[in-house]
Amino acid sequence: MQSIAGRFRGLTRKRDFYAGTLMILIGLGVALKGWLSYRLGTLTHMGPGFLPTVLGVILALLGIAIAASATTAGVASADEERILPEQPQWRGWFCIVAGPILFIVCGRYVGLVPATFACVFVAALGDRTATLKSSLVLALVVTAFGVGLFSYLLHVPMPLFTWRGGL
Amino acid sequence: MIATALTDLWYGFGVALEPHNLMWCLVGVLVGNMVGVLPGMGPLATISILLPLTFGIPPVGAILMLAGVMYGAQYGGAICSILLNLPCHPPHAVTCLDGFPLTKQGRGGVALGITVLASFVGASWGITEMIFLSPILVKAALEFGPAEICSLMLLGLLAGSTLARGSPLKGVAMTVLGLVFGCVGTDLEVGTARYTFGLTELDDGIALVALALGMFGVAEFMNTINQAAPISTRYINVGLRDMRPSKADLKQSFLPMLRGTIVGSLCSLIPGTGPTIASFVAYAAEKRVSKTPERFGTGALEGVACPEASTHSSVQGDFIPTMSLGIPGDAVMALLLGALMIHGIVPGPQLISQHPDVFWGLVASFWIGNILLVLLNVPLIGIWVKMLAIPYRFLYPSALFFVCIGVYAANNDLFQVGEVVVIGAFGYVLLRLGFHPAPILLGFVLGPRFEENFRRAMLISRGDLAVFVERPISAAFVAVSMALIGLQIYLRLRSAKPEAAVAKAVASPVAPARLPARPAE
Repeated sequence: MQSIAGRFRGLTRKRDFYAGTLMILIGLGVALKGWLSYRLGTLTHMGPGFLPTVLGVILALLGIAIAASATTAGVASADEERILPEQPQWRGWFCIVAGPILFIVCGRYVGLVPATFACVFVAALGDRTATLKSSLVLALVVTAFGVGLFSYLLHVPMPLFTWRGGL
Repeated sequence: MIATALTDLWYGFGVALEPHNLMWCLVGVLVGNMVGVLPGMGPLATISILLPLTFGIPPVGAILMLAGVMYGAQYGGAICSILLNLPCHPPHAVTCLDGFPLTKQGRGGVALGITVLASFVGASWGITEMIFLSPILVKAALEFGPAEICSLMLLGLLAGSTLARGSPLKGVAMTVLGLVFGCVGTDLEVGTARYTFGLTELDDGIALVALALGMFGVAEFMNTINQAAPISTRYINVGLRDMRPSKADLKQSFLPMLRGTIVGSLCSLIPGTGPTIASFVAYAAEKRVSKTPERFGTGALEGVACPEASTHSSVQGDFIPTMSLGIPGDAVMALLLGALMIHGIVPGPQLISQHPDVFWGLVASFWIGNILLVLLNVPLIGIWVKMLAIPYRFLYPSALFFVCIGVYAANNDLFQVGEVVVIGAFGYVLLRLGFHPAPILLGFVLGPRFEENFRRAMLISRGDLAVFVERPISAAFVAVSMALIGLQIYLRLRSAKPEAAVAKAVASPVAPARLPARPAE
């Protein structure tokens, strides 16, 4: 027989365990918020909190089932065990998230052209083989094309250049 | 009945052939095909990215364009499978098995030609089914009260989540999460702002476009970046002349096409079995029927014709519950339904009578679109195969820009771009934890209507939950749902994972096809 500690250590390596835990946390959070902040009502006259609370509880129960299946499931393949991929792409992930954020910030304060350029340039840097020059060229091409399509053809109402514009 | 159906169809052709509608259909097919060819862009990502562009178009044009995008992207996925051996789009994974060997033998063009033909045959049958089955379903569904609608939705949600890929438990969890996402925003009846955390931007709920683009755009980019295997472009020189199949080829693949069509339409009758399962089943069945099963996997034309016909007939079949009942079978259908809702069209059994132009126009445009697809692909195949060679490092930054500007343009709201980023990062975490995000969209689209009908049913029955089993039609839906759950538990207790069971049923023809990325289904 395995000791409980040993069993737990084996368990925490399992991806399903974390998956279930995440669902339990989300479910409990949703249910608590629904229960505490919104009126539940009765089954006949349901309040706004009724369905979310029920859904939260169901989600938490599903989470328990998923986490529990981690204890019974047989040996999973190495890829199923891993939560991070074999080679974590921190740079790539960061750049992909940073691109749209830059788009928001630049779009809010300086206009469409800089926003597009910044978004594409930074996102392109996320690729392992990307160089400053290749990203620059891609960003310029996409900016020219994008501005032409969205600003002139589709009339997206974002100024091309502005300074702390009144968006 | 046939006479009314034909009259309606005639009317539909009238709508679909109006110049501007025809133009949107053409644009949809063209752009869908173009984007769908790009490695790593499945129909879900393609439709999500192009969805915001349709907001300025009248509803009929918008839905015609989106449907065009869908089957254009599907066909693009087949090109990807046959010429590159990349199953970027799960329903075409099977096509790789025989399509790529054919390409290696220098007969990739013929395989593509047969694919065009097979998809046309499969789709035509699916459309015919849609014309005759939808009015019957609608007639039945118009009798439904809130209780029946609720239990039908329950069945749709359960089927969509348990029969999709991956663990059924996780699928159901994702559906519930989608329902929770659907709760965000102002409550329908009393107007309480729920789960908005004080952000007035969330009062209208999470934007469908933001959710779809986060889950199938940003999360997929994060999943694919620097992971895609280098693409071999050795075989992509296919010209127009190579595409014409010989008489022997046609004879060889004619019956498999018909068989695939039948398998696909049968699969579409079972809720939740999407085109992926249909194509696998069709391939396995064809292999069993064949007199020379050993040729399969080494470049048999039947192995291309049959699953392709099956996929397309199944996708068309999926439109039946989506359009006539308002219950989408998978995430692609949910997205199309969501697009209709954005245009102010309420899905459900009343759709056909209230918006005949949308429904019959759509039906007619399927045929027109499929013909356009055939016509377009003959001269443009050379350009499509060139697009296959675009490296991912140019692709995803451009796509990311399209995501940003598309979401912004939908409502002129930068906040929603922020939603995309948050949902995208969260979606990637889910992907890494082994969840498939497609059912989220299903739950999200159905959620508000489910809640509305559930509340109404409870109000009518004075809070008696027994109403769901006392009314016979509703009871039947509940019984099927229970049977689905029971089946899953049974499979689990037999310690055979459901995927393993399905794989066994189709004699596991997928083994060699390694997915380069985790494509959204």
